[in-house]
Parts: sequence; structure tokens; C-alpha cells
Amino acid sequence: MRAIEVESLEKSYGSLKAVGGISFSVDEGEVFSLLGPNGAGKTTTIEILEGLRDADSGKRRVLGFDPWKQGYELHRKIGVIPQGFKFFLYPTPREAVRYYSALFGVKADVDKLLQRVLLTESADTYFLKLSGGQKQKLGMALSLVNDPELVFLDEPTTGLDPAARRAVWEVIRGLRKEGRTVLLTTHYLQEAEELADRVAIMDHGKIITSGTPGEIIARHGSGDRLTIRADEKLGAYLREKAGLAAEFDGHGRVSVRLKTKNDALSALKAIEESGLDWSDLSTRRDSLEDIFIRMVGENPDDQGNGRHPPG
Amino acid sequence: MRTLTIRETGATPRVRAMVSTKRLLADLSVFGKGYLRSRVGVFFALIFPVILILLFGAIFSGGGSSPISVYYQNLDSGQVGARFVSAMNDTGAVVMVQVPDSQNFSQYLLSQSASQGIVVPASFSQSFLTGGNANVTVYQNPSSTTSQIVLGITQGVVDRFNLYHANANATDVFGVQTVTVASGSYKYVDFLVPGLVGFSILTSPMFALVNISSEYKRDKIFKQLSLTPLTKAEWLLSKIIWYVLLTGVSFLMMSAAGIFLFGAHIGFSLGILPFLVLGPFMFVSLGMLIGTISNSPESAAVVGNLITFPMMFLSGTFFPVASMPAYLQGIAHLLPLFYVIDGLNNVMIYGNYSPALFDLSVMVVVGVAIFALAVRFFKWRED
Repeated sequence: MRAIEVESLEKSYGSLKAVGGISFSVDEGEVFSLLGPNGAGKTTTIEILEGLRDADSGKRRVLGFDPWKQGYELHRKIGVIPQGFKFFLYPTPREAVRYYSALFGVKADVDKLLQRVLLTESADTYFLKLSGGQKQKLGMALSLVNDPELVFLDEPTTGLDPAARRAVWEVIRGLRKEGRTVLLTTHYLQEAEELADRVAIMDHGKIITSGTPGEIIARHGSGDRLTIRADEKLGAYLREKAGLAAEFDGHGRVSVRLKTKNDALSALKAIEESGLDWSDLSTRRDSLEDIFIRMVGENPDDQGNGRHPPG
Repeated sequence: MRTLTIRETGATPRVRAMVSTKRLLADLSVFGKGYLRSRVGVFFALIFPVILILLFGAIFSGGGSSPISVYYQNLDSGQVGARFVSAMNDTGAVVMVQVPDSQNFSQYLLSQSASQGIVVPASFSQSFLTGGNANVTVYQNPSSTTSQIVLGITQGVVDRFNLYHANANATDVFGVQTVTVASGSYKYVDFLVPGLVGFSILTSPMFALVNISSEYKRDKIFKQLSLTPLTKAEWLLSKIIWYVLLTGVSFLMMSAAGIFLFGAHIGFSLGILPFLVLGPFMFVSLGMLIGTISNSPESAAVVGNLITFPMMFLSGTFFPVASMPAYLQGIAHLLPLFYVIDGLNNVMIYGNYSPALFDLSVMVVVGVAIFALAVRFFKWRED
């Protein structure tokens, strides 16, 4: 069974179309990541699937439920960390987990849960005294109190320092190992590449591409590139004399798209023949980030990060 | 336990949420602990009202205990006017001094530098027996605290006469009444305790709920809670229960301060309880309503203050409403807090249950209406 099924989902706020008819599905036990810049419609999509917002139209089933109409049943089976998780100021993580256990009517092992999200040391610190990373970890602990089949994580690491980010990643890997389904939205391409089985890139309310990171790179990437530190003259030489797809980036770097294996050899030969200055020769392949920037037209890490610190 | 059902707005027409005692208590415990841990809340809810009692009690404690001389003219030829004068004397708080009918009353008060006087109208007995309208006129100097006390006492005695009139056989009940009237003298602090209990019933839930309901909305904490089985009704009820408990403690502390430090006379009876429950119910709901319909915590605070502050000063908190100009009294009667304080005065000072019952009915109607609006507009989630 599919954990999440979405077909032609639409949602507008007044004249603004936040989600413009997207379709995707998430298999059970899969980590699925929605990538996109701010305002792409990720949070609206995830909130519709959590049952926090109604959609204008389109089919959506989450664990077999209609999330808006059957939210009460659905919420017992899912865990959610909203973007920039905040909570009451004064409970300690221990009390907060007990509170959630009482609300869900389950007997949660408080110590185990806190240990799992690496929060044991701050178990008795008031929420308002926790650091941003610790608050986020409490959010994770609370989302797991009801032993959910499906976990929604809306930008769980935005604004966290690298160590806290990696700690959150470990928890997400743990969820996958236990066979839980995870829907993750993120700004961070590296995060999606590290954690997600499949990725969908969203922009302006549409999914512009989806698949495994490898599939996306194969589909939209430009293959291997040779880059050389050199000036425009070398670029021109390679284009004109060797017939290669060479571009000068304007910052002292020439890059050559290698369509075939032979291109690499002829490029090296032509560089030698040109007699021009060059250094730092290397080859690289497009990353998800290169493709993202090309398709969406901006660097996702430049936005939201730091400007809207959670906590 | 099935006591209340609330429909999720925008969801299926199915009525779902019931109140679970377990969840209610879990929420109450987290909220209560948080409240006690943030010292600010405790200060304003419990300590501050007591400080106000000490302050105002000290300012007005001089001269309150000896009876106040009140000049009067009794224009009534019947018996009821005379009974009224003796009922006033029987309160022990005033000594009635007669002014001959031939004198111009206001000129006379001026010549004696008196701050207050009472005129019993010629139609008093007639009106009392036939149910017509007659007004006892109280001359007063609004800046004088003794005037306010006299006004309060006169109001109390008039209320009692009206009460007996309502019981049909006026003369019969009247006899019983004179016995119960003289139970002590009224001092400023006697009015101050119910007034400040009302103050605390208004301010602590209002300020807190306006704030938390708008902040929880901004911080998406309501959304977070909506993903648990906790219902809106449970959340609201737990806040109401908390503020009822807090009001109970605050009431005991203020009464103790009034009684032991200033010798306030407070009639303790079960009749006080409904006010201590319905008052917080009304203002938790109102605070919730304001916070929930505002766009931001900042605008919520502005609206909250615009409603709270005038209500705080015009409802008889620090000064009896009867001492205010007529147009302000008219406004006071539109304020929900007026009925809380008027009711507490009736129960705690005058032992007048019939008008208190009226105050209580107003509170029930207004409280239920505000609660219904708050639940209607309070959204866990958005559509």
C-alpha cells in the first residue's frame, strides 16, 4: 500500500496559487523529500497532508485516510514536527513527553524516547532554556510518542548548527531503519541527498522533477565536466580549434562538457597545444544542487537559512 | 465522560469531540505548572491584588469606623419614610440628623459644610404601598469618600426596601426586615474587597488569555495540539478551571488581608461561589475570543487593553459605581464586570440575594454568549 497518494492537488490563497495541481506518491517505509525554495508550496502541501489545511481540489489519501475529514483517526498514526517547532515555555522535555503520552493515551517510555533524540541531558530543563537544536529534538521526541507509522518533518534542521543537524539526520535514519515512512521537506540539498530515497523538486506550486537523486542527476545533469583554471582565450581556443563545448564562467574558470570519453583526451591535447596558461584541472559531475540551481534559478541554501531562525 | 460536544469547524458535519477527564487533567497540570513557574503571572494574580488592598485600605482607613453624620429631610408623612430613616440609623454606619422641612436643603448643607445629605420624597409611603416610583435623593460631594460610603449604604437600604416590596405584603415583611438590617457598619474597605476580587477576576484571565491565545496561534502551537487527541473544548475548559482555582485562592488572600488588617466586614456564604466560577468563565472566554480573532499578539494586546482598562475603572472596582455621574453609571451597566462586582457587593456586604440573582443571570447569559463566540472563532487549524 502507498503511504501517501496525491493527485492533482490544488490550493490557492486568494489569487495566489500556492499548490498548482501536483501529483506524487510515497511508498511505505520510504524517505521522501520535497525540495524547493521558500514559497514553492512545500509547507502548504505538507499541512494539507497532515490535515491542518483543506485543499481546494485534488485527491489525497494518507495511510488510507482523507486527512481533512478523518484527521482525528489519522493523527493517531502520524507524527509531525512543524517548521520551527515551538512549545509552551515551562514544561521540561520529560514533562512534555508525559503530557503527550497522556493526550494520546499511550504508555511511552520517556527515558528511551529522550535518549533516542539525544536529549537525556536536558530532560529536566525548561523548554524556554533549551537551545534551538534541543527544541527541535524535543519536537522529534513528541512526534514519536504515539509510535507513528508516518512522520512528517517540515524543515527539521533549518537554522541548526552542523552538529545538531547531523544529530537530527541520525534520528531520521533510525526512523527509516524501523520501517517508518518519512516525508521530509528541506532547503538543504545535501540533506535530501543524504537521507531521501526519492526526491521531488517543487517550484511555484508545481513539481518540476522527481525520482531518486541518481535518476534526477542522470535525467537533468549534463554528465561529466572538465574544469580548468584559465582565461577566456583558452575557452575560445578549445571551442574553435578542438570543436569542444567549452564555456568561460567569467571568473577565471573554463569548463568543458565531456560528451564522450574521447572529448577528455582531445581537450587535454588541445590545452597542451594552445601553449596558454592553465592550472587546477579537475573533472566533476553535476550534483543535485547544480540541477536544482539550474532548474529553480536560485541557491536554496541562501534563503530562509538564518533569516527565519526557528526557536 | 461525555459532557460537552464541539464541532470542528470546516470538517465533516460529524460531531466528534467529547471531553476526556484524563486529557483535561494532563493539560491542566502542564498549564498550571507553567503558570506557577512564570513568577509574573503569580505576582499579578495573587500578590498584586493584596498589595492594592493594603494600599487603598491604608489610604482610606482613617475615619471610616466612626459613624458618619448625615443630614436629612423627611418629606413623607407616612410611616415608611420614618422606617427608612431608622433603617439607615440601624446600619450603625451613619447617624441621621434631621433638617426642618422649612429649610432650603442644599443651602443648609452648604452652611454646615456637609458632604452629604438625604431627602426622602413626599410620596415615599404611598409609592411603597402602591408600587409607584419614588426616588430617595442623595446629596453628595463626589470627591469625599464618606459620600461614597453613604451612597453605598443608602443604595443597600433602598435595595432591601425594593426587595420587600417585591414580596407583595409590604408591611408584614417590613417588620422582619428591620431586625436583619442592623448587622454592622459599612466601611470603604468593605467595598474594596469585593471590588478588588472583581479586579482580579477580570485582569488575570484577560491579560493571560489574550496573550497566550494570540501567541499560540502565531507560534503554531494550536496546530501542534490539533495533531493530538486534545480537543478545543478540553483546552478551553482546562484554562477556565485553572482560573477558577486561582480566583478562589486570590479571594481567600484578599479577604484575609481585608479582615485582619482593616477589619473589613465580609458576609461569607455559598452565594459567593457562583461569582467566583462564572466570573473567570466569562473573562477566560473573552480573552480567548480577543486573542483568537486578532491577527497578531500585538494587535490582540491593544484590543485587550482597550476593553480591559475602561472596564477595570468603571465597574466599581476602586469606587462604588453609585458615586459616579449618571452617564458613567449607564456605561457601567453595559460592562460585564459591573455585574460581578455588584453581585459580590450584594452577597458579601448587603446579604441581598434577589438582586445578586439578577447579576448572576446577566453573567450566565453574557458568559455563555462569549464562550460560544470564542469556541466558534477559535480554530485549531485553518481552511
